[in-house]
Amino acid sequence: MSEMLKVGMADLKVCKSPDQLTTLGLGSCVGIAIRDPITRIGGLAHVMLPSSKQIKNNSNIYKFADTGIEELVRQMEVLGASRKRMVAKMAGGAQMFAFQNSSSMVRIGEQNVEASKAKLAELQIPLLASETGENYGRTVIFTPETGQFVIRAVGKPERSI
Amino acid sequence: MARIDLNDINQEYFDVLRELGNIGAGNATTALAQMLNCKVDMKVPQVRLLPFSEVGSVMGGEEQLMAGIYLAVEGDIKGSILFLLNKESAKSLISKLMGMPVEGEELSEMEQSALKEIGNIITASYLNSLSTLTQLVIYPSVPFLSVDMAGAILSVPAIEFGTMGDKLLMIQTQFYDGLDGFFILVPELDSYDKILASLGM
Repeated sequence: MSEMLKVGMADLKVCKSPDQLTTLGLGSCVGIAIRDPITRIGGLAHVMLPSSKQIKNNSNIYKFADTGIEELVRQMEVLGASRKRMVAKMAGGAQMFAFQNSSSMVRIGEQNVEASKAKLAELQIPLLASETGENYGRTVIFTPETGQFVIRAVGKPERSI
Repeated sequence: MARIDLNDINQEYFDVLRELGNIGAGNATTALAQMLNCKVDMKVPQVRLLPFSEVGSVMGGEEQLMAGIYLAVEGDIKGSILFLLNKESAKSLISKLMGMPVEGEELSEMEQSALKEIGNIITASYLNSLSTLTQLVIYPSVPFLSVDMAGAILSVPAIEFGTMGDKLLMIQTQFYDGLDGFFILVPELDSYDKILASLGM
């Protein structure tokens, strides 16, 4: 029996096939799914902020794109995945309101996307597909078995990238 | 150094914040009643400090459709305020205000505008009472609206709280039967100190 594991905000989970991973209602946060196609081990992180280095209170490593992705890869390796084979997909990073206050919070979604891309590049994990930005929330369902990454949004057809 | 730590808030501060939430929500309810020209009952607001992982479930799940009205706050206190209500409640409020039923799934421009105005008046009266109580100057921005999944809308204040800690401070107010409204006031960390200091804490 396959299980659907739910990843919360500022959280991450790893699993073996045929289990699936999901995170609901991504707004400005970014969901990063990583998979090792041979072992079919997968992981999904739901990060809120771009960098642990910009913030003093950074004990929660799951919260940031840089430390979150690093931890995700580490946990997948513990399960038996190989970093060399890993590939990634990602979604989220929307700007929910037309305007957001306080300079550092402007375009936080975009910053999250940029930071996630930078971290993946640093770890030499290719980004196969992504759907980011715009102004709407997304729910994602990741199937490590096939690498399918399904995105749902309100009032839009379901699609897979 | 800020005195308040949201990961480890003491009971006294929490009580003060709860009382502020109470007074603010009371004023907001009065404003709502005046606008709709009818009696609006309110239950005692609940103030909660929630870990991010539990935020979505409070409102009936991360995928619950909600309307969020967001205002930036400037002045002595900096930050933002978000007023959230579920889509059905939003529709019923709009139809009360406009005197006609809301049809279809999508809100028309006129209906969105009405909803922004409702949010504007409710949050402004909330902030107004906060300002009177603390003698601090607070200027809200114009309102911004988003109708989307609860989780997605909540990511905005959650990220702002995320820069300070791992929890989100939320004031839940039930206006009348089935109409649940949520206030999420996100002051920057030193604004918390200003609020508490102004009250002699």
